[in-house]
Amino acid sequence: MSQNTIVNLQNIVVNFDGERVLKGIDLAIRDKEFVTLLGPSGCGKTTTLRVIGGFVKPDAGDVYFGEKKITSLPPHKREVNTVFQRYALFPHLNVYENIAFGLRLKRVPDQEVNRRVLEMLELVNLSGFGKRKIEQMSGGQQQRVAIARALVNHPKVLLLDEPLGALDLKLRKEMQNELKRIQKSLEITFVYVTHDQEEALTMSDTVVVMKEGVIQQIGTPQDIYNEPVNSFVADFIGESNIIGGIMREDFVVEIEGTAFDCVDKGFSKNEEVEVVIRPEDLIISPANHGFITGMVESVTFKGVHYEIIVDVDGFKWMVHTIKNQQVGEHVGLVVSADDIHVMKKGQEVQAHV
Amino acid sequence: MFKSRLSAAPYLLWMGIFIIAPLLLVCYFAFTDASGSFTLANIQGLTAHVDVLLRSLWLAAVATVICLVLGYPVAYILSRAEEGQQRIFLMLCLLPMWMNFLLRTYAWMTLLENNGLINRFFGLFGLGPFEMINTQGAVVLGMVYNYLPFMIMPLYSIMVKIENSTIQAAQDLGANGVQVLFKVVLPLSVPGITSGVIMVFVPAISTFIISKMLGGGSNLLIGDLIELQFLGNAYNPHLGAAMSLVLMIIILLCLGFLNYFGDEDATREAIL
Repeated sequence: MSQNTIVNLQNIVVNFDGERVLKGIDLAIRDKEFVTLLGPSGCGKTTTLRVIGGFVKPDAGDVYFGEKKITSLPPHKREVNTVFQRYALFPHLNVYENIAFGLRLKRVPDQEVNRRVLEMLELVNLSGFGKRKIEQMSGGQQQRVAIARALVNHPKVLLLDEPLGALDLKLRKEMQNELKRIQKSLEITFVYVTHDQEEALTMSDTVVVMKEGVIQQIGTPQDIYNEPVNSFVADFIGESNIIGGIMREDFVVEIEGTAFDCVDKGFSKNEEVEVVIRPEDLIISPANHGFITGMVESVTFKGVHYEIIVDVDGFKWMVHTIKNQQVGEHVGLVVSADDIHVMKKGQEVQAHV
Repeated sequence: MFKSRLSAAPYLLWMGIFIIAPLLLVCYFAFTDASGSFTLANIQGLTAHVDVLLRSLWLAAVATVICLVLGYPVAYILSRAEEGQQRIFLMLCLLPMWMNFLLRTYAWMTLLENNGLINRFFGLFGLGPFEMINTQGAVVLGMVYNYLPFMIMPLYSIMVKIENSTIQAAQDLGANGVQVLFKVVLPLSVPGITSGVIMVFVPAISTFIISKMLGGGSNLLIGDLIELQFLGNAYNPHLGAAMSLVLMIIILLCLGFLNYFGDEDATREAIL
């Protein structure tokens, strides 16, 4: 275990109603890190968070907090706090008393409670809202109260379970920045659960991609986006063209009968592989000037860019470009060698328990 | 507007005949004597029965508190159980109510009698017989037994609305089991408590069957006294009306006091 690991999950297994939802999770979370658990619904990300929070007891495996084993410690004795999915604020208490709840339980003197609650209200931009009832607050405001209520206890780790899921897009972007700002200024560890890949890439230091109770890839947002380990990760993180290919030799991959230069090596000769090319890495050129030639099948305006589908011998390539094209036009496609990502076929990480 | 008034007519007629008219009659009888002339003698005559009134208040209050203490944990456990189990346990709570009220109370008579089942059981060990029937304890037992579901239902209907995540949030912030109960569950279930208290206290204070069957002659309640004035040897509908009026006012005061905190929805849901 490295020196600054604060939460360590070792081979965590959880079953619900005879179904295995976590299949041996190993995860070391470093201190002061922003970690995001990312995956489609049912992948076990929320369960993993609840194992850290103490609300789900693993059927096998251990949870460490620093050096201490906390596998069977109840939630109220753990030094972590949670921001729940639908806030779970106390409807019978006003904003101030909601935030003060944890401090009152620890019998913190009134004066200090007051100081810390006001400090938190300021941190989440709700100064002056202390006397409000919860039902008088908007969704975004309730979210801030939930964050303040957790942070006021100075947890070493804050767990956030899809905290922005119920907010509209604009508010969500604002809160993303704000959460990142708070995490940096307080220097604490955030473990964040989301199914929104963009949110994960924007905020995280480390992204953990999960599928069906198994961790597929752990890495920085850049790693995850640029070097996905398998087609599931590539497909889940952003748009991508995933196509079968054959590795002819080091640095040469054949796709649909055309040889492309690439930067990957170490495959056996003529090994079948999967190739990922991001739509923004494909460049449209005049017909016959590209590596491959096809026909523009559809053009969709997406705001910043056009999404163009080019049919090349039956395979539909997705291209993101700022230049409009005519449907039915013949065009060429160009891609530079380092934008071709070659992956071993069938690399999906399977459960090992 | 006219149409909606027209469709309300049957209800208005019903209310007029079965609620308003009897109320007016009660008032009329309470303030008149046998010859039909105005008098306050009936109201003054109540002072002779203050002890019965106080006993009714006391026994109803004790029964209500016991129902609350017994019903609260049941309602809480019920509200946290899985949905399928909730339905089964609710059913079990309500099952006895499908049987006639009188029959159920008769059953307690045969259990509590001096040569009843319970005493015969103790007799096997050479104990007793214990005097259980015809005591205030037996009356309270009868009230608790008959009215407990009326406490559980409104409590349950409020508690089931408390989300698990709210309780988990309290645990997450450092609350142990006792603190979760007193700082979150109890404050959030106040509307259910007030509704339950009303629904037990009101029938308990006005009952006459339970006290008659389980309390013998010596533990008369205000309900028994009223019954005696109309159907018994003491025949005096004027005094009976005055008693009814006073009882109604006491109940209304209690209701008003409790409704101040109460949640009408819970009461209505429980009744339905």
